[in-house]
Amino acid sequence: MTDQTTTTGGPRAGPAGAERQGHGPSPRDLAARAAAREAAPGPRPDRPAAPGAEPSPTAPVQITGAQALVAALERLGVDVVFGIPGGAILPAYDPLFDSRAVRHILVRHEQGAGHAAVGYAQVTGRPGVCMATSGPGATNLVTPLADAYMDSVPVVAITGQVPSALIGTDGFQEADIAGITLPITKHNFLVTDADDIARTLAEAFHVASTGRPGPVLVDIAKDALQAKTTFRWPVPFDLPGYHPVTRPHSRQVREAARMMAAAQRPVLYVGGGVIKAAASKELLALAELTGMPVVTTLMARGGFPSSHPQNLGMPGMHGTVAAVGALQKADLLVALGARFDDRVTGKLDSFAPGAAVVHADIDPAEISKNRRADVPIVGDCREVITELLAAVQAEQEAGHRADLAAWWSQLDAWRNTYPLGYSQPEDGSLAPQYVIERIGKLAGPDAVYVAGVGQHQMWAAQFISHEHPGHWLNSGGLGTMGYAVPAAMGAKVGRPDAAVWAIDGDGCFQMTNQELATCTVEGIPVKIAIINNGNLGMVRQWQTLFYNQRYSHTDLDRTGPVPDGTTGAAPLGTRIPDFVKLAEAYGCVGLRCEDAASVDAVIEEAMKIDDRPVVIDFIVHRDAMVWPMVAAGTSNDDISVARDMAPDWDVTE
Amino acid sequence: MSNLQPRLREQDPGASRHTLSVLVENKPGVLVRAAGLFSRRGFNIDSLAVGPTEHEEISRMTIVVNCADHPLEQVTKQLNKLINVLKIVELEPAVSVQRELLLVKVRADAESRSRVLETVALFRAKVVDVAQDAVTVEATGNRDKLDALIRVLEPFGIKELVQSGMVALGRGSKSITDRALRPLDRAAAGAGQ
Repeated sequence: MTDQTTTTGGPRAGPAGAERQGHGPSPRDLAARAAAREAAPGPRPDRPAAPGAEPSPTAPVQITGAQALVAALERLGVDVVFGIPGGAILPAYDPLFDSRAVRHILVRHEQGAGHAAVGYAQVTGRPGVCMATSGPGATNLVTPLADAYMDSVPVVAITGQVPSALIGTDGFQEADIAGITLPITKHNFLVTDADDIARTLAEAFHVASTGRPGPVLVDIAKDALQAKTTFRWPVPFDLPGYHPVTRPHSRQVREAARMMAAAQRPVLYVGGGVIKAAASKELLALAELTGMPVVTTLMARGGFPSSHPQNLGMPGMHGTVAAVGALQKADLLVALGARFDDRVTGKLDSFAPGAAVVHADIDPAEISKNRRADVPIVGDCREVITELLAAVQAEQEAGHRADLAAWWSQLDAWRNTYPLGYSQPEDGSLAPQYVIERIGKLAGPDAVYVAGVGQHQMWAAQFISHEHPGHWLNSGGLGTMGYAVPAAMGAKVGRPDAAVWAIDGDGCFQMTNQELATCTVEGIPVKIAIINNGNLGMVRQWQTLFYNQRYSHTDLDRTGPVPDGTTGAAPLGTRIPDFVKLAEAYGCVGLRCEDAASVDAVIEEAMKIDDRPVVIDFIVHRDAMVWPMVAAGTSNDDISVARDMAPDWDVTE
Repeated sequence: MSNLQPRLREQDPGASRHTLSVLVENKPGVLVRAAGLFSRRGFNIDSLAVGPTEHEEISRMTIVVNCADHPLEQVTKQLNKLINVLKIVELEPAVSVQRELLLVKVRADAESRSRVLETVALFRAKVVDVAQDAVTVEATGNRDKLDALIRVLEPFGIKELVQSGMVALGRGSKSITDRALRPLDRAAAGAGQ
C-alpha cells in the first residue's frame, strides 16, 4: 500500500462501464418497465423464439406450468426476481427470458438472492422474490429465509424440485426444502401439479404480505413446470385457516387510552411493526398528543424521527441510558409492534419492574409471549394507533391528562448526563464511530442505510440520524453477517432514486461480497463503506470484556506465529484481501481512507459516483467498543456507559 | 408414558394435562407442521392421535400436553398461526369423553390362562388373539383405567404392548367441526384477487 490515504479505482472506462449500456437495464429503466407491464404480452422481440412458444395468456388457455408461473408473477405485480437457474428450475427460466414485466437479476450466490429480496421488500413494502433450483440452490436460501422470518419481511422464494416421481429417492440435487424451511417460513408449499401453480403463487404472495409479514417458499416439481395446464386469473384462494386480524378491539383501545391518560411515567416502546404497518405519521401524532417519551428499537429506527425531542433513542443491550432507564423506571409501557426481545429486555424478570403493559401487535402469539400484557391489543399498528389517537383525545377532552413534567425532568437529566458518545483513539487512528457519523451527516436522512451485523451495525443504529421509515435496514433478529451487500443491492433495485449506503464490517463483507459483481453487471450503483478493523469486532469486544482479552480467532489479519513447517503464510499484519483491489476487480470504484482528516473528502468523492458501485475501505481502530452495554443475561439496571462505569440513576439536572 | 418429543424445558410447577382437539386441513405435511412446532417451541407432547373426520377435507388431531396455563396459551396461539390449522378447542375432562386403545400381549400358559382371562373380564377388556403361551388383550378407556389394567397384568408377564394416543369428543350434541366448516364454505364461494 502507498502512503496515500485515498486511492481511487482504475480508469472509469473499464470493460464493465463500457459494456453495461448494451446489457441489462439500469435501475432507472425499472419504472418504465413497470409501466410497460400492462403492455402487449408475448415474447420479447429481441430474443429468439422459445421452443413451442405461445402468446401469454389472457383468457383461459393451455400453457405450461412454467408459463403459468411467469404469468402469475406478472399479474401479481412482480417487477424483479433475484435468482440463479439450475436443472430443476430450468423450465421456469425459459418463459422468464421472454417476460417484459419481470426483470430477472442473476446473482452470484443464492444467499445473495434471498437477502436482496429482503432488501427490496424492506424499502418497497412489497414482497421480494427470489428463485433458485433444487438441492444446493434451495439450501443456500435457508439463511436469508430465516433472516426474513425473524424480521417479519415479506419474501416469496420459488425453488425448483426434482420431478415428482423422483421425490424421496435421493435424486440428483434433491433436498426436502419444504421440510428444511418449515420452522423458518411463515408457510411453505410443495407443488406437484401444474394446475396448482398459479393459485399457489397467489396464495404465497397473500400470506407473505398480509397479517404479520414473513417469508413463504413455493417448491415446484420440475414435471409440474413442464406439464400443460389451463391458466385462469384471478384465481380463488384455498386458505380456510388463514384469517389475520387487523382491526383492534375498541374496548381494549379505550382501556389503553385510559391508562395512558393516567400514567405518571409512561413510555411508547416502538418496534418494527410500526414501520411494517406504515404507521409513522400516526405514531408522530400520538406521541405529540400525549407528550410521552418514545424509544425506538433496532428494527424501528426511522419509524419515529431520531431528531424528535421526544425520541430517547434505542433501548436494549446497546441502547442509550435514557431509553433503557425510561423502560426500567416506567409505570406504563405502551408497546407498539414490538416483541420484548431479549436484546431489549435484558434479564426478563428484572425488566421494567414497575410498569403496566399495553401490548399491541398484529400477531396474537407475540402478546404475553415474554412479558405478560395487562392490556392486549391484537391489530395492525396503523389501525391501533389511529384508534388510540381518538381514544386519548376523548380522555383529554374529559380532562384526563397526566402531568409528565417530573418524568421529563428525570429523562432529560439522564440524556444530558449520559449522551451517546465515543472517544478518539489516542494513536491518531480512525474512530469507526466518527466514520459512520460522517456518512450519516453527508449522505443525509434521505439515503437508505443498510448495515451488516456487529459493532458497525450498532454504531450505525446509534450515530446516524434516522428520520424516515424504510431508510434503515439491518438483520435484527437473526443477526446475519453478510446481510449488507446483497440487501443493499435489493434496496437499490427497489428504490433506484435513493442513495443506498451499506455500512459493513470487514468480516461481514467477506461473506457475501461476490454480489458486487451482480451490482456492476446489472447497473446497481450501491455504496459500500467497510468499517475495517481487521477483526470480528463485536466478538473481540466480548473477548475483551468477558474472556480476559484472549482474542481467540477473531483477528482476520494474521498476528501470531504459524505452526512449524507451515510455508507461505502471509507476513504479520498483512491485510488480506486488499478491498480496494477487490472492488476494482469487481468493476467497482475502490477507495481507501485511514485518517480523520480525509473522511469527508472520501465520502464526498463516493457520493459523486453514480454510474458504478463504490467500495470504501475505512481502516479504523480495532479496540473501539460499543457503549453503552447491558451484558448478556444481566439486568437493564446494570447498564454500563463505558467500561466499569455505571450510570447514576438519581442524577438530576 | 414416554414423551414423543425430547424434554427441552423443565416441567413448569403448575403443569397439568390438557387435551387439545385441533382441526386441520387434510393436506400432506400437516402432522409434521404441528408436531414440529411443539418441539421447536420447547413444548412436550404426551400423546398425539390423528385421523379423518366426518368431513373429507378436515383431519382431527388430538394432542395431550402437560404444561401450565401460560405455556398452554402460547402453544395454542402458535398452533393457530399455522396456515393449515382451522380450529383449536381444549376439551375439559369433565365435559368430554376421552379414550385410548391398548393392545397387550400377556404370557398365559395352561396354568395361568384362566386368571388372565378373569382379569380381562373384570376390566371389560377382550381377548383378540390366543396362542399356546400368550393371549393378546384389547382394552379401551381413559388413561387411569389402562394403567390399572397394565399393573394387574404385569405379574403374568407382558411380552409386548402398544398404546394409541388419546382421542376425545365433547359431551352433548354440539359439534366443533360444524362451525369450523363455515370459513371453508366462504373460501369456496369465491375469494381471490
